[in-house]
Amino acid sequence: MEFGDILLAVAIMLGKSLLMLVALLIFIAYALYADRKVWAAVQLRRGPNVVGPWGLLQSFADLLKFVLKEPIIPAPANKGMFLLAPLLMCTLSLAAWAVIPLNSGWAIADINVGILYIFAISSLGVYGVIMGGWASNSKYPFLGALRSAAQMVSYEVSIGFVIVTVLMCAGTLNLSAIVEAQNSSLGILGWYWLPLFPMFVVFFISAMAETNRPPFDLPEAESELVAGYMVEYSSTPYLLFMLGEYVAIMTMCALGTILFLGGWLSPIPFAPFTWVPGVIWFVLKASFLFILIAMVKALVPRYRYDQLMRLGWKVFLPLSLAMVVIVAAVLMVTGNAPGVR
Amino acid sequence: MSGATSEGAAHQRLELSMTVTAAFFYLFATITIASGFMVIASRNPVQSVLFLILAFVNAAGLFLLMGAEFLAMILVIVYVGAVAVLFLFVVMMLDVDFAALRQGFLQYLPIGGLIGLILLLELILVVGTYTIDPGLVRSPQVPIPSADVMTNTEAIGQVLYTRYFYFFQAAGLILLVAMIGAIVLTLRERVGVRRQDITKQNARTQETAVEVRKVPFRQGI
Repeated sequence: MEFGDILLAVAIMLGKSLLMLVALLIFIAYALYADRKVWAAVQLRRGPNVVGPWGLLQSFADLLKFVLKEPIIPAPANKGMFLLAPLLMCTLSLAAWAVIPLNSGWAIADINVGILYIFAISSLGVYGVIMGGWASNSKYPFLGALRSAAQMVSYEVSIGFVIVTVLMCAGTLNLSAIVEAQNSSLGILGWYWLPLFPMFVVFFISAMAETNRPPFDLPEAESELVAGYMVEYSSTPYLLFMLGEYVAIMTMCALGTILFLGGWLSPIPFAPFTWVPGVIWFVLKASFLFILIAMVKALVPRYRYDQLMRLGWKVFLPLSLAMVVIVAAVLMVTGNAPGVR
Repeated sequence: MSGATSEGAAHQRLELSMTVTAAFFYLFATITIASGFMVIASRNPVQSVLFLILAFVNAAGLFLLMGAEFLAMILVIVYVGAVAVLFLFVVMMLDVDFAALRQGFLQYLPIGGLIGLILLLELILVVGTYTIDPGLVRSPQVPIPSADVMTNTEAIGQVLYTRYFYFFQAAGLILLVAMIGAIVLTLRERVGVRRQDITKQNARTQETAVEVRKVPFRQGI
């Protein structure tokens, strides 16, 4: 009987995870479509418009295409690691969604160190890139892997400090509690994006650098490295890399929503708006951040590598360090620091 | 009657959860030891580093089982996310022939074995004679808060920033010195390198960058 209870709990957990996975993957399919449509609109093109009405089934057609193609493994490649790399990247970026609360109490695992968990998982994502680049045993992938390693380590530092400032204001590492800490009668003006605006900007830019999004997509810069660490990949392994990348971008959008945009809270805190289910607000806010990232891809040219490193170490690091000190000082002086007796 | 059965059920549940915990402990511990062995046994240095990372991740799993979730996450963030990346970076860049380095294995075996033996003896001495400091038991300590009152992270912070504040600062200072040392060792001023100065670049205007000249016909400049 007791054993049955545990089995039931495991089954419920599996069901929740599966539901989250399917919802996330369908959302990613349309995020990809939106990404291409935004890009096309900025360049006065039509974008995908052939498969399905308005091209709505384009992502699924792409999926079929990738799965049905022949996977090619180069002869000098380290076979095991070559296939392990995309799997690792995809699995890790999906694993981050285990702790993200889409509504109050909707997280699969509402753990106390949720934000550290996401930070740890996203810092592991670099291994997929490094292993893929190294295992290909080829020049361009290797250069892409080295660039990615340096870039992701650099921008992780500033993301870490951004998270520290938010933690000081919220006084907790639990993602649901961070959202609840932003709940006030001010609505949208009470969320952390306004008082911590410089950190919101730093977070937004660092998130793009961390996920290798343009204008920071130097690990896969097609004009110099062909496709960077993905040069030798084809078919399903390539699909896994691409999927992992988009899931990581959505994770960053969700994290930005939780840290700065009040998660599932309604922007206007009275009756008709608070009736809307929180998950809809969450999806709207995350989509808003994603559209911003898609616009940046269409509007901004790619950074040069030394400029990228300069931005990370000489601009963002001092700025975010100074903000940590300033925010701590302001909280102490005004007596708003949570947990200080 | 019902009280006795519920007590039995609670006992059974505790036993079951202990079994699950033990199963995970043996899983993590086995993988940690096996990958630790593979770090030194693997022929390829890059594979060694990857096994080291596997060992770190499983050690984080062991921390989680002990309820030290903050330490587990910090272990993954610092060691796996940053230190091991740089390590892998260096190993991939350097073209070291590790097979040649292994040639002197037998030659160094006696001294290496001796050091290993001393370390093992020390560990046995420390673990075997482990007792709680009598002063700690005698003095009326602040009671350890239970896990549902205070989270792991808060508890560490409250001890680290009050009681062990100077040790914490000293550790930070040592790291700072190490960092400055590394910078001093690698810093060199090279002459004749053309570098872009961002402030100078941004200060350029059309007047300073472009010169417009009227070229007289058939005379040139």
